[in-house]
Amino acid sequence: MNYFVKTISDKGNIAVDDTILVKGVQTAAGSRILEGFEPLFSAEAVTRLEKAGYEIAGKTHVGEFGLDLTGEFSYYAEKEETLKGAAAEAVAKGAVKAALGVDMNGATRRSAALSGVDFLKPTYGTVSRYGIVSCAASGEQMGVYAADVEGIKEVMDVIAGYDEKDGTCLKKDYDYSTKEDIKGKRVCVIKELVEKADAETAGRVKAYADKLAKAGVVVEEISLDIFDAANTTWQILMTAETCNNVSRYDGVKFGYRAKEYNNIDELYVNTRTEGFNFLTKAVILYGSDVLSKNRYDDCYGKSLKVRRVVSEKFAALMEKYDAVLTPVCSKSAYTAYAIEDAFKTVFEESVFTAVANLIGVPALVSGGVQLMGKAFSENVLLSLAGSMERAGE
Amino acid sequence: MKYEIVIGLETHVELSTESKIFCSCGGHSASKEPNDCVCPACSGMPGMLPVMNKRVVELAVTAGLMLNCEISRYTTFDKKNYYYPDLPCAYQITQLNHPICTNGLVTLKTSEGQRDIRIKQIHMEEDAGKLVHAGKASYVDFNRTSVPLIEIVTQPDFRSAEEVLVYLNKLKTMFRSGGISECEEGAMRCDVNISVRPEGSEEFGVRTEIKNMASFEAIEKAIRYESQRHIDAIEFETEELVQETRRFDDVSGKTFAMRNKETEADYRYFPDANLMPIIIDDEWLEQIKAAKPVEIDEKAEGYRAAGISEKEIDMLIHNHNVSKLLDDVVNMGCDAKNVAGWILTDCVGVLRKNGKLLSDLTITADDLSAIIKMVDSGDVNRMSGRKILTAVLEEGVDPVAYCKENGLDAKVDTATIESVMDRVLSENAQAIADYKNGKEKAKQALFGACMRELKNTADTAVIKELLDKKLQNI
Repeated sequence: MNYFVKTISDKGNIAVDDTILVKGVQTAAGSRILEGFEPLFSAEAVTRLEKAGYEIAGKTHVGEFGLDLTGEFSYYAEKEETLKGAAAEAVAKGAVKAALGVDMNGATRRSAALSGVDFLKPTYGTVSRYGIVSCAASGEQMGVYAADVEGIKEVMDVIAGYDEKDGTCLKKDYDYSTKEDIKGKRVCVIKELVEKADAETAGRVKAYADKLAKAGVVVEEISLDIFDAANTTWQILMTAETCNNVSRYDGVKFGYRAKEYNNIDELYVNTRTEGFNFLTKAVILYGSDVLSKNRYDDCYGKSLKVRRVVSEKFAALMEKYDAVLTPVCSKSAYTAYAIEDAFKTVFEESVFTAVANLIGVPALVSGGVQLMGKAFSENVLLSLAGSMERAGE
Repeated sequence: MKYEIVIGLETHVELSTESKIFCSCGGHSASKEPNDCVCPACSGMPGMLPVMNKRVVELAVTAGLMLNCEISRYTTFDKKNYYYPDLPCAYQITQLNHPICTNGLVTLKTSEGQRDIRIKQIHMEEDAGKLVHAGKASYVDFNRTSVPLIEIVTQPDFRSAEEVLVYLNKLKTMFRSGGISECEEGAMRCDVNISVRPEGSEEFGVRTEIKNMASFEAIEKAIRYESQRHIDAIEFETEELVQETRRFDDVSGKTFAMRNKETEADYRYFPDANLMPIIIDDEWLEQIKAAKPVEIDEKAEGYRAAGISEKEIDMLIHNHNVSKLLDDVVNMGCDAKNVAGWILTDCVGVLRKNGKLLSDLTITADDLSAIIKMVDSGDVNRMSGRKILTAVLEEGVDPVAYCKENGLDAKVDTATIESVMDRVLSENAQAIADYKNGKEKAKQALFGACMRELKNTADTAVIKELLDKKLQNI
C-alpha cells in the first residue's frame, strides 16, 4: 500500500494525516473539494515538531474528512481490499517513527487497532486544534500513532500544551509518563461493549484483562448503559458540526470548483455535488436535519443535555475505577464495502469510540484494545499499556 | 379613525477596534484596497480558529452601560448558517442564546416631551464581506468580513419617525463621544419593524420588517411610506397586509416585498464550539465601568460650567478624540475655556487652511499644553504661540525647540518696549492726531508698528497697556 498522498522528506520520521495542515503542501482531508488547496501555514503541532528537530515525512491518506471506518474513502487513495488506515500502516511498517492523526469519529483508533499499533486520543484541549481541517469542533482532537507508548510519550511531550491560537486549548502543563506503578489500579471491563464484539475481539479483551490482573491490577466486569446513548448523541453533534464546518467549501474561494455553472446557486450545487463523496453528503443531510428549526430541540438541544448526563455518569464510574477497558471495534478485520453503507457501518462501530469524543476524555489504543479514563489521566492509561507492552517483550 | 404607528428597531453599529473580532487583521478603517485586510481566518480557510478580541467585549459592555442595560456575566456565541459569496465560512458568528447585554432603557427628548425606549438586548457579531459587481463578473471583498458589530434591539416602543431619528442621533452622539464607533456613513445600519393599529388599541397590527438601511434619511422616508401603506391597507382595504420582509428603494421612495427565498431561511443556529463562554467577573466589569467615558450630558455640563460656549460644546462632544485632547490638556494645568479656544479657533484655522477637518487633528496633549503654557506665562506672545502651533501642525516640529530656534521666546523688557514705542510715536504724529479725533483704527496701526519694530516677540498685553497710557498722556 502507498500510505502517502504526498511525500515531503525522505529523512522524515513523522507522518501527518491529510486532515492536518502542512505549509505549502496540498492538504485536502481526503476530499476532492479541497483539491489543490495549499495552506499558508502549518498546524501548531507540526510547527512544534519541526522546531524540536523532527522532520515531516509526508501526508498520509485519510477518508474524506475522517468520517469513515478507517480511511477507506479517500478521493486520492487506491481502493484496498483489507481496511487498515494509512497513517497506522506507515507506523506499522516502520516507514515512520510516529504519525499525527485527528480523532473525530474513531477512524484513527480503529486503524491503530487493525494495524496493531498504538494511538492516543488525548483529553480535549490538550493539543492545539490550530491547523486541522476542523469538522466536529467540540470533540475532535489531534492524537499520535506510534509503535509503542514510549513513541506516543515522545511526541506528546512536544505537541501538548497551550496555544493562544486555539480558544479551546487549555492553559496546562503536561508531563507524560509510561512507567507509573500500576499495582492496585482498578480497571473495569464494559460488559455491553464486549458483547457487541465478535469472538476473536472479545477474546482479545479478555486476554488483556487477564494480563492486567496478573500484573496486580484489580479488574472487574461491570454493566453500564451509557454507550449507545453516547454514540447516538455524538453522531448528532458530529454531523451537525461537520455539516456547518464543511459549508465553507463552496467553490468560491479555494479548492475544487465545478467546471459548469451559470449562476452562483449552480456554482454551489455543482461544486459540492462533484466535490463531496456519498458519506460526506449523508453527514451533511443528517447534520442539516438535526439543526433545522423543527428538529433542533429534540435532536441537537437534547444531545447537549445527554452529553452532560453521560459526562456525569462516566465521572461517577471513574470515582471507582482508574480506567475502562473495551474493544476498539467489533471485528479484527474489515474488507472493502460499498460507500452507500458507510454511514450505517460507521455509526454501528462508533459505539466503542464515540464516548471519548463526546465528553473529551482520553482514549488509548494498544494491543488491539482500548483504555479510557477520566480527563488528564493519560499517564495511568500509558502506564497500564506500557506495563503490558514491556511484559510482552 | 386615528392610527398609532408602532416601531421597533434593530441597529447594527460597527465598533472602533484596531483589529477584527476574531483575528488580528486591521479593522474596517484600516483597509485601502479590496482584500488588503484579510487573513486565512477571516477568509474562511480550513485550520484557522476564531480567537476573541477582548476589546469588542469591553466596547459592547460600555455601550450596554450607556443604554442602562443589565450586563450578562456569562455570554456565548452561536453560528448562523446561510450561503452567500461574501460570507466565507457560510456561517456568521453571532449571539442568540446568551447576548452580552439585556433589558436597557434610553430616554429621548422629543417635540412631544420625554419618551422611554426599552432596549431588549445588545449582542456582538461579525460583519460579512462585500460583493462588487462589474458587468458579468462579480468580485468579493473580504475587508469587512469579521469586522466587529453590535446589534441593538429595541422593544416596539417608538410611535413616530421623529422618535426613531432622535434615538438614532442620540446613539450616534453617545457612541462617537464614547469612542465606541465612529458611526460614519454605512457604519450604522438599521432594520425597522413596523405595524399600525387604531389609537387606543392594545393589540399589535400586522408587522413588516424593512431591512438594512444605512442613512437616516432613508429610514425616515421608509417609515413614512410604510406606515402610510399600512394605514391605507386598513382604512381603504387597498391590499391585504402580510407579515414579511421588505426593502426600501431610495429612488422611488417606496418599499418592496423581498422574495420569500430570502426571508424564510432556516438559519439553523447552534452554539459555536470554537469559542468558550466568556465570563465577565466583578473585577473586569468594574474595570470597564471605570474606563467608561463620562456620559455626554454630564460632559457637556462640565464644559458649560467651565465657560465654554454652546457651539464649542457641540463640536467637542461629537468628537471623542478632540474632547479627550481638551480634557488631557486641562489635566496638565491649563484653563478649559482657553484650551477650547486654542483647539476650536487656532487649530481649526490651521486645519482649514490645509483643507482638513477637526477630526484630522493630530497634535498631542503634551505639545498643545506646552504652547499654551508658553503663552500664558508671557514667555511668548499669542501671535508667536499661533506661529508655533502652525509649525507643529504642519511640520510636526517640537514646539519648545522651534520657539528657541526662531527666537520667539526673546523676552523684551518694558524699558526697551517703551523706547521703541516712543520712537514710533514720534514718527507718527498724524496717526496720533487721527486717534485723538476718534479713529480707533489709528491705534491699531500704532500697535502694529510697535510690534513690527519689536519683531513680534514682545508681550502684546504689555504693549497694549503702555500704548493706552502714552496716548492718554499725549
